[in-house]
Amino acid sequence: MPENRVESKGIVKEDIAYEPYTIAMGPQHPATHGVLKLNLELDGETVLKCTPHVGFLHRGVEKLAENLSYAQTLPLSDRLDYIASMANNVAYSIAVERLLGIEVPVRAKYIRTIVMEMARLTGHLLWLATHALDIGAMTVFLYCFRERENLLDMFEEIIGARLTTSYTCIGGVRQDITGHFLESLYAFTEDFPSKIAEYETLIDKNRIWLKRTQGVGIVTAEEAVSLGLTGPTLRGSGVDYDVRKHMPYDAYPYVDFEVPIGSKGDVYDRYRCRMEEMHQSNSIIRQCIEAMPPGPIRAEDAPDLVMPYGVQKEVAADATFSSGVIKLVKDRHRYMDGDVYVAAEVPKGELGFYFVSDGRGVPYRMHIRAPSFIHIAALSFLCKGQMVADVIAVIGSVDVVLGECDR
Amino acid sequence: MELLWILIKIIIVFAVVMLHVMYATYFERKVIGHMQVRMGPMRVGPHGILQPIADGLKLFFKEDIIPTVADKKVFYAAPLICLISALSAVAVIPFFQGFAIANINIGLLYIFAMSSLASYGVVLAGWSSNSKYSFLGGLRSSAQVISYEIAMGLSLVGVMMLAGSLNLTDIVNAQMSSSWKIYLIPQIIGFFVFVVAMLAETNRTPFDLPEAESELVAGYCTEYSGMRFALFFMAEYIGMIIMSCLAVVCFLGGWSGPFEVPGIPFFWFLLKVYFFIFFYYWVRATLPRYRYDQLMALGWKVLIPLALFNIVLTGTIKSLFG
Repeated sequence: MPENRVESKGIVKEDIAYEPYTIAMGPQHPATHGVLKLNLELDGETVLKCTPHVGFLHRGVEKLAENLSYAQTLPLSDRLDYIASMANNVAYSIAVERLLGIEVPVRAKYIRTIVMEMARLTGHLLWLATHALDIGAMTVFLYCFRERENLLDMFEEIIGARLTTSYTCIGGVRQDITGHFLESLYAFTEDFPSKIAEYETLIDKNRIWLKRTQGVGIVTAEEAVSLGLTGPTLRGSGVDYDVRKHMPYDAYPYVDFEVPIGSKGDVYDRYRCRMEEMHQSNSIIRQCIEAMPPGPIRAEDAPDLVMPYGVQKEVAADATFSSGVIKLVKDRHRYMDGDVYVAAEVPKGELGFYFVSDGRGVPYRMHIRAPSFIHIAALSFLCKGQMVADVIAVIGSVDVVLGECDR
Repeated sequence: MELLWILIKIIIVFAVVMLHVMYATYFERKVIGHMQVRMGPMRVGPHGILQPIADGLKLFFKEDIIPTVADKKVFYAAPLICLISALSAVAVIPFFQGFAIANINIGLLYIFAMSSLASYGVVLAGWSSNSKYSFLGGLRSSAQVISYEIAMGLSLVGVMMLAGSLNLTDIVNAQMSSSWKIYLIPQIIGFFVFVVAMLAETNRTPFDLPEAESELVAGYCTEYSGMRFALFFMAEYIGMIIMSCLAVVCFLGGWSGPFEVPGIPFFWFLLKVYFFIFFYYWVRATLPRYRYDQLMALGWKVLIPLALFNIVLTGTIKSLFG
């Protein structure tokens, strides 16, 4: 097809002077959720072609992990999806535990399930806030932040950090939770469904919202699967796949919850899926609090960070110990040879960690299956033929975070 | 003497309008803030009362950046076109009985003309910036203003038919002498169309597409900074005030009220205008934004037919019942 021949809305335009209007949306743009760059080719306001460019936030987490012990890599997982870092911590921990063959105590499993679902709530609240703001509903943004703030305060109560929590550790969690935390969280869950209803009064029956979201960015079930979408973005198309149900980890086998799925696969269905998921998360948290067993919070044989003062003594005693960063990696444990892929359901989708281990205390190779990366790859399919305003709605509905995409 | 009196009037009205613009921004932030469970500006002065002054100073002392590829003359002129046309429209607004800078017979048409002229400023700003986002914003604005100008003009035809005049003072007097006292009741369809078109005409939510910040960064004023940006900003708020005044004059009986407030002849007028300005903020805090094609569809498929129907209805009733 020659360059001056462009097909749009069924009309073939042949004009020597005609060329599509190209626009670089991002990386500095209010609606691209971080540093995503989209090169759009427009015919008027219709998108002919959308090319996502990523990598502006690349920090080389996968490479860094090759030089750090398994316990030391955990804080790097905070920086993947920094909106819901608890979920990444859990995902990373279960992957390493599978590699090591460590069994986590039941109490730690419940605590992890609670913080994972809290992270899902914080992630979905931020998603709803920014999605609504992109479509122009400003008040939803602040309402969501009000509840997100409560959750972050509770994170602060259990670990001292609000965003980059690093709460879990290999074989359990770092600190036990208090009764006060459980009480305040339970009070929050009692209140939260009414807050969801409050957001819905603003947008769910709003004609403008429905017009902007229904029938926009449609992806059928087959297309969604072949694009590799996961999480609510996949379930909006009616595919019933949830890692929590199909490959359960932590306390998910013990709790009762539903996986909401959509039917049409448009922006509205994905929105509904996430709203229902918030209700489900709320119920999971309640069930976990009610069933919270006593006991240890950490497996006995789990490896941990070795603090520098400990290393100093060791180095004095054993001068042949290898040098550099590896000094900190004094690790008694023998890791499984071979590779392991373990996934967890984070707010964005299926976050998987793939380890190739050669038996040392550091991974030979770590790969992160980042849902945001795969969802961004789907944007060029989703945005084709839509209008500029729909591109914004679609970016919001696939829910990407660039920290995880670029890793 | 006559000239001096007009000059004094102009200065008073100008000062009052500018003061309103300043505090309209403050009240917008306060009203929306409280609707969104937050405080709004609180730092400058008690309850942030001096915030508009601080904002004004900041914008005034900011660097005036002109893009090198911009069409400089047009780039300079665009914000002035917006501001001057917006300010000129104030001239015909009757704030109370017998007080209008220019009590001309075609007041309504004059306001339409001025508000259409303001869109030239927006279109030219989008064009002259030579930026892609500005250009899209300018394009959207021209399309929007053309569609909604028609709906707005047609929605007021009913009022013209009832009042038999285009003079704003006469329209208010005709309302006061009519049996309904305000034209809101017989012209409810016209009022509905007018309010929707009013939001679109002033580029406010849910029709703020020309400057849709999540799509086009800042639309037509993306490349503007400092005082030039402030001129657009002021023009937008003056536009809101004018549209509110027009709604009050044409549908809510202007300065008339249930009882006379001694000493303040413009009391009811201001109260009604403030209500409309509050309505603008309320809408902004509540509604999402329309998409470009939906905006067009709403304008051409809903508002214009409704306004035409209103004209037919008004004409029929007027000819049957006199």
